[in-house]
Amino acid sequence: MGILDFLKARPKNTANIAKERLRIIVAQERSTRGGPDYLPLLRSELLAVIKKYVNVDPEAIQINVERDGDHEVLELSVALPEGKA
Amino acid sequence: MTETIVVTSGKGGVGKTTTSASIATGLAQRGHKVAVIDFDVGLRNLDLIMGCERRVVYDFVNVIHGEAALRQALIKDKRHETLFVLAASQTRDKDSLTQDGVERVLEELRQDGFDYIICDSPAGIEKGAHLAMYYADRALVVVNPEVSSVRDSDRILGLLASKTRRAERGDGAVQQHLLLTRYNPARVEAGEMMSVKDVEEVLGIPVLGVIPEHESVLAASNQGVPVILEETSHAGHAYKDAVARLLGEERPMRFLDAPKKGFLKRVFGG
Repeated sequence: MGILDFLKARPKNTANIAKERLRIIVAQERSTRGGPDYLPLLRSELLAVIKKYVNVDPEAIQINVERDGDHEVLELSVALPEGKA
Repeated sequence: MTETIVVTSGKGGVGKTTTSASIATGLAQRGHKVAVIDFDVGLRNLDLIMGCERRVVYDFVNVIHGEAALRQALIKDKRHETLFVLAASQTRDKDSLTQDGVERVLEELRQDGFDYIICDSPAGIEKGAHLAMYYADRALVVVNPEVSSVRDSDRILGLLASKTRRAERGDGAVQQHLLLTRYNPARVEAGEMMSVKDVEEVLGIPVLGVIPEHESVLAASNQGVPVILEETSHAGHAYKDAVARLLGEERPMRFLDAPKKGFLKRVFGG
């Protein structure tokens, strides 16, 4: 770091931002990988139905297909907004 | 025993062909018999990077369609006796590659006693990329420390785990390696670029090699010389290390730190 650098504003650490964004999107894409193709559509339709009754955040719905022995379990979790359960 | 290695990435322009040329050359330098095949039908470029573009008579698609024998289409490298290039077709469309045809060519290379077959994949996840990875025993996933490249690599890792012959037959997984290219240690230190560790953590597989971003890579491709042959290039040395690790040797990672600045630069910046 030279004298001239002190005059400039310190730049943001954008590498950390990149890493954090990738960590989230990669985890999300891996969780639906190999699952049925209809999962994203099912997720958005379920969200539309739930929104008729409760104003949930689009991020609040998690949908996963888990393999349990020789059968598959469709796991759906919806986080309701606080105080409105 | 022949080992088939696919060089793939999903994203274009990250250094697949540069890597294929250098890894193939490096394996040949170590005394192995190597064939390197360009799967990018319609956008042939491996021949240019290998410096044999004016010696292409027959190509991969000619062999698949029985218009030429494999030995007529294999171009012997002018520097290494045991290295051969199979060019992609420049005129056909990408549907001219067939699964049967690719399998027959790979089988014939096996019969001919090749030790390594390097499959240089096109970008994307379409037919050419699918066929390049389908018969692989190992995969070199080329990735730049940049968000779109890392995400695309993860997509490719998923395909390697499901859409390959090994995966379909349950023969054990395709062995996956990351090769980080265009790495700029000074920018990593400044927090402008993800580090090797960051990329390893996001993708969850270890890095086989890190190739520093360097002007020698462009200079080598300008001349049709695989950069691994440039004795003074850090990128070339990093490829040599990667080849050694591919062969199971231990090599410490080099060129991960930015060059130290001189006194004047430290005082005045820049």
